[in-house]
Formats: sequence, C-alpha cells, structure tokens
Amino acid sequence: MKENTFILKSSPHFRDKDSVSKIMYAVIISLIPAVAASIYFFRLKAALIYITCVASCLITEAVFLKVRKKDMHSLWDGSAIITGLLLAMTLPPSLSLDLVIIGSVMAIALGKQVFGGLGYNVFNPALVGRAFLQIAFPVAMTTWIPPSTLQVNTATFATPLGNLKFLASITEGSLTPLKDLFWGNVGGCLGETSAIALLAGALFLLFRKVIDWRIPVGIISALAVFTGIFWITSPDKYTHPLFHVLAGGLLIGAFFMATDMVTSPITPLGAWIYALGIGSLIGLIRLFGGFPEGVMFSILFMNTFVPLINRYTRPRILGERRRRA
Amino acid sequence: MPPKKSIGAEYLKGLWNENPVFRQLLGMCPTLAVTNAVINGIAMGLATAFVLILSSLVVSSIKKLIPSQVRIATYIVIIASFVTIADRFLAAFFPPISKALGPYVPLIVVNCIILGRQEAFSSRNSIGRSLIDALGMSTGFILALLLLSSIRELLGSGSFLGHQLLGSWFKPWTIMILPAGAFITLGVLLGIALLIESKTKARSV
Repeated sequence: MKENTFILKSSPHFRDKDSVSKIMYAVIISLIPAVAASIYFFRLKAALIYITCVASCLITEAVFLKVRKKDMHSLWDGSAIITGLLLAMTLPPSLSLDLVIIGSVMAIALGKQVFGGLGYNVFNPALVGRAFLQIAFPVAMTTWIPPSTLQVNTATFATPLGNLKFLASITEGSLTPLKDLFWGNVGGCLGETSAIALLAGALFLLFRKVIDWRIPVGIISALAVFTGIFWITSPDKYTHPLFHVLAGGLLIGAFFMATDMVTSPITPLGAWIYALGIGSLIGLIRLFGGFPEGVMFSILFMNTFVPLINRYTRPRILGERRRRA
Repeated sequence: MPPKKSIGAEYLKGLWNENPVFRQLLGMCPTLAVTNAVINGIAMGLATAFVLILSSLVVSSIKKLIPSQVRIATYIVIIASFVTIADRFLAAFFPPISKALGPYVPLIVVNCIILGRQEAFSSRNSIGRSLIDALGMSTGFILALLLLSSIRELLGSGSFLGHQLLGSWFKPWTIMILPAGAFITLGVLLGIALLIESKTKARSV
C-alpha cells in the first residue's frame, strides 16, 4: 500500500534541528553572566526580583494556557522564563515586589497571550511589561540605588544617563568613567549595568547563530553615528559615542530585546532598516527627548513596523520578474 | 423588513445585543476620553442620553418632512440644538464637570451613536418605538461608561466617585487614568464581551 501512495505534502520539507525550546534555553544560558553580575552588584534585592519575576511569569502563562485549553508543555519551552528574566533585568533594583508581580502579569497577559501566545505577539513581552510599569509607577521606576560594591551611603543614586541628562553641563569628572560602565559598577536597572557580562552572553548567541548579527550591529552603529555627529560638532555640549553605547540599556536592548525572533524582521534588508531605525531613535530620545533613556520606547516603536518592513523587503522569488514601476 | 420586536425587547437590545459600546463599537471617542473618573463617565453618559432621547423624538416626529438628500444635515442641526442646551446647562450648574469634560460635550454633535440611531432607527420608526430605542441605547451607553470609568478610577486613583476606597497600601496605577489605560481597559472588556457572547451563542444553538 505504502509503495503505491504518492505522498503530497505542503512545505516546509526541510527542517532545522533547532526547536523553540532549544533556542530559548540558549538565550537563557547567554543571560547567565549578566544575571550573575547583577546579583553580585545588587545582592539579595536582585535575586528576589529575579525569582519573583520568573515565577509570576510562569504562573500567568500557566493560567492562560489552562484557560485557553492549550498544551501545558509549552509552559516549559523557556519563553516565559526568558520574558521573566529580561523583564527583571530592566527593572530598578529598589522596585518593591508587588510592582514586580504586576509588571510580570502584564508582560505575559498584555504583551503575549492577548495576541495568541508565542509567535503571534507584536511587541516584545518583557518590554510591554516594563512600559506598563514605567507609565503606571513613574516614580518607583526611576528611583535608583547605588550598587553595593560602590562604597557610598546614599539612599538614591543617579544613573549615568540621568546624570548626563539632568546636569547642566558636562564638566570633567561629572561623567561616569567608562571603566565603571564597562564592568558594571554603576547605578541602573538590574541587568543593564555590566557591559562585559552582556557582551559575553551576546557573543555566545552570535556564535550559536541564535540572533541576527545585523540587528545589534545596526543599532550600535546607528547610535554611534548619530551621537558622534553631535559630539564632533560641539563636544562641550554632547558626550562621545562610546559613552552612549556603554551606558544605560543599549547593550541589553540591542543584543537581547531587539533580536527577539518573533518581533524582529525576517529578511536581512529588513533587519538593517529595523536596526538603523532603533539606533537613531535612541539617539534622538537621549539627546533631545524628555527621558534620559530611550531604548525601550525605540524598540517598541520599531516593533510596530516589523510587519510592514517584512512585507516590503520580501525577496524576489526565484524566476520572478522585477515588477516595473 | 424584520418582524417588529416587543417593546421590552426594543429596550433591552440596547443593553447587550446591540450595546453601542461593546457590540457596535460606536462612540469610541467619548468612551475612551472621559472615563478617567466615574463622575465624568456619568456626566458624559447623561448628557449623551439627554441629546439622544430628545433628538430621536424630534427626528421621528418630523421624519416625513425631511428630504432624504439633506437628512444628515437636518439630523446634525437637530442634534446640535440639544447639545448646545446640554453644554450650557453643564457649564451653568456644574462648572467643574464641564471643565473636566472639555471639548467632549460639544463633540456629542458628531457622536456616531446618536447620528446612527437617527439614520438607522428614528427616521423609519414610530415616535413611541424611537423613544424606547433611544432610552435603551442611552442606558447601554451609560452602563458601559460607568463600567469603564469605575475600573479606571479604582485602579488609577484607588477611589470611586472621589471617595478613597483602597487603603494606603495601594499604589495607584497612573497608567489607568491616562489614554493608554483607556485602550487597555476597553480592549480587555471587549474581549470579555465577545467571550460571553460566543459562550451564550454556543449554548443556545
């Protein structure tokens, strides 16, 4: 019987050995250095936020899967854990845990499940959760504490970008030294402070080809060019591009948030457009906007354009003629 | 022409089956804009109800006199007269509410619930039926605004009608009284309404 059957099957016929959970757990592994660095810098507070975030994301996901009568296996595909980890990394260490729970529930519920779950979400779920918290509790989300490795006895502490934005002029010494930015010895969100830890994880992802190298390269170069132009024209008013690249959430955003497979373009040309858009928007917000930091809003903003970008950068089908304009 | 409904059904359809906000998605502009506090929601609902009921009465009583080419313009003139009355009344007796509602009271003129009822119902039904229909639609609109504004005020300021309900442990979700909160609340409520609708449909079939 089998020999006489002509098998008809629609594409895809070739499958990669990667699976959703394989990719997700690769991302989780890549986040370990940055998570470890933030626990080192912010101690118990950081650990508690990570645990709360991941747990409430998993619980929310489970509730939605149960209500929508979906396969409970997809709870452990790692995507909810990543959302929890990434959300925690974008929160200030002093945030109280009830707000952390609200943010996690919103990230999974509004960011992911209302659209139909993993693969259907328009926006990066972790950033949706953070945006909700940022607008709902603006004071709690912008209160920073110094890392415990810095021996300063103050209750609050400005972030490097906050310093840059709200100080009248850039004088020698008011800028956070690049060395501290690189190792992470600065105030800021949990996971964004240590550049070296983020880069280590990012290299692993790039090496495994989990993320598209065009997106981080595009974002970083667009931001560097944008801030570089202003730095060259008036260096006493604007700071140099290297500071902008290392400070704030740029690295975590460029390597871990913007590269989310679901919410980034699928074509190489599309990835360039998307990345250049994010990079220049970040520069625009940081230099001229009301907020000191613009990574979250830039990524969410460009997320909305991804379907459009995909549509207009669709490669020509083999043999298809170029349409005349 | 569909068979005539009973008077009760004509009224009740505005509450659920043809609820202007949750089923017809009409009048989104005031629904989203003024529901940041319960008192604003109620005032907006009552003002709209006043205009809707009276314009339905007038339109249905002079429907034979309106030439069909200029019917929309005629409706607008009738609606605008009542909106002016409502607007001046609010400004005279409830200045703080009038200030809070801002341009949204004059904008009732172009509220698509009101215009839609004139075009779809009052211009082709008797005065009595038009009145019942307008009453039903107004009730549905007021209930929708009340629901939306209660959720937003409770979460956004922890209060109801200005009375502090939730204790000091509650941290107000500022986002809920901002426009983004309006869209989130309306979206969630619409989802729930659709879910209820699909469940009841599945049961009745």
